[in-house]
Amino acid sequence: MSSVPKLLQVKELKKEYVSGNPVLKGVDFSITEAGLVAIIGPSGTGKSTLLRCINRLIDATEGQIIVNDVDICKTKGRPLRKLRRQIAMVFQEYNLVERLSVMENVLSGRLGYMSTWQAWRRNYTQQDINSAYELLGSVGLAEHATQRADSLSGGQRQRVGIARAVMQNPSIILADEPTSSLDPKTAVEIMELLEKFSMEKNIPVLINMHDVNLAKRFAKRIIGMSNGDVVYDGPPQGISDDHLKEIYGGESWLD
Amino acid sequence: MAGLNSIAEGDKKNPFSRSKWNIGLWVLVAAYLVYSVDAMGLNGERFLSGIGHAGTLLDRMFPPNFERWELLLSGLVESLEIAMISSVSGIFLSLFIGILAARNLMPAWVSVPIRGFIALCRSFHPVIIAILFVKSVGFGALAGILTLIIASIGFIAKLFAEAIEEISLKQVEAIRATGASFSSVVIYAVMPQVFSRFIGFATYQFDSNLRNSTMVGIVGAGGLGGTLFSAFQRFDYDFVAAILITIISLILVWEFLSTLVRRVF
Repeated sequence: MSSVPKLLQVKELKKEYVSGNPVLKGVDFSITEAGLVAIIGPSGTGKSTLLRCINRLIDATEGQIIVNDVDICKTKGRPLRKLRRQIAMVFQEYNLVERLSVMENVLSGRLGYMSTWQAWRRNYTQQDINSAYELLGSVGLAEHATQRADSLSGGQRQRVGIARAVMQNPSIILADEPTSSLDPKTAVEIMELLEKFSMEKNIPVLINMHDVNLAKRFAKRIIGMSNGDVVYDGPPQGISDDHLKEIYGGESWLD
Repeated sequence: MAGLNSIAEGDKKNPFSRSKWNIGLWVLVAAYLVYSVDAMGLNGERFLSGIGHAGTLLDRMFPPNFERWELLLSGLVESLEIAMISSVSGIFLSLFIGILAARNLMPAWVSVPIRGFIALCRSFHPVIIAILFVKSVGFGALAGILTLIIASIGFIAKLFAEAIEEISLKQVEAIRATGASFSSVVIYAVMPQVFSRFIGFATYQFDSNLRNSTMVGIVGAGGLGGTLFSAFQRFDYDFVAAILITIISLILVWEFLSTLVRRVF
């Protein structure tokens, strides 16, 4: 197995917001191939913190995060920004720039590849513009390209968020509760979209989620977290009620 | 179940009872107001004699005298130029100073000194700054331009920084996560959120600079104010009236134009 290249490797990751009160207590896992990996766990168990550490929106306290053979915890400045291009992110509340058009939001995925001067003049390459239109078409929003992002519905905004992430041409996509603000039907559509891109473009997708059933349905691997530790890591079939009790605590919520 | 009135442990303190300190403070403010009116010698007699003088002045102002229109026009043109140059450069500088002063984008060692500089720009009235510049760079339009640049920074940079501090950081975070550089993040995630407000501040500041550009001349910093001041000193009240009418129409024309500008954004 050691010959398989590891796209993302998280080693002994620890994070303390307040000294002596760790949110992550030494998380270990690695991701080697495309497909959806779901991280499940109750609120406040450090799932979001974990994802934000991976692209350094926050800094880890201890440990290593290796992306394409580079430890992102030790980089800064330009090399860090170059690594961030490889790690796309999809957010729970979409985080689109609301006053810009849908097209500008999708193309903002290319900003890591452009100078400020090019960004200011919106000077995208013809290839970028072609792929942006193609992506908007494949998320079903081609006719909304010139609309302002805040005129879209929640599900549509998340599609734009996903298109922006894929536009980065990333090695991995991180999705932080991408379906939590959406209705159940739209949530399934968003999961299908993520699965489609993961397979088509051969990108692994690491998804935080609350919904165990949705995770079981789409993920090919589930990482269960509880109190800042990984307590289950394996295929969705292998996760039992005992595991779920350990992850979420109590049992009254189980069917 | 006990009723609402059944808890009998003696009366509690009324949380809305009158405070002696509160009443005392109001009495003090009222007493000081009465004292001030008395100390300034304001009474009915003084007021009526003042009105009489004003009547004489108005009499001498009419009809307005536009005979020296060339002098008037050259003053007006100079005022307009002062307003234009100082607004464009002041607003442009404020764009950067405002970003540097925003506490949610900059570390404290940048934002604190920049905020100090803005506070310094705001601390004096334009007349005082104009006098300082006339003394340091000499009479003329340059002093007026520098004065109004300082005034613009004091106003716009502060409001712009406050507007930036109210933006949604989620959008900023998303653009940062794409690997964009700091300046690209500002262009792509910060500016779209604050630009329409910035345009509002800028048109307001141009309006204010236009009015102030007719004032700085009074202390010798160029523009229509100088013409106005010498007309006053020579008791040419009909020419004064002509200058005042010109200023009023200038402001009205700008008012009309700025409404058009705001409709675009």
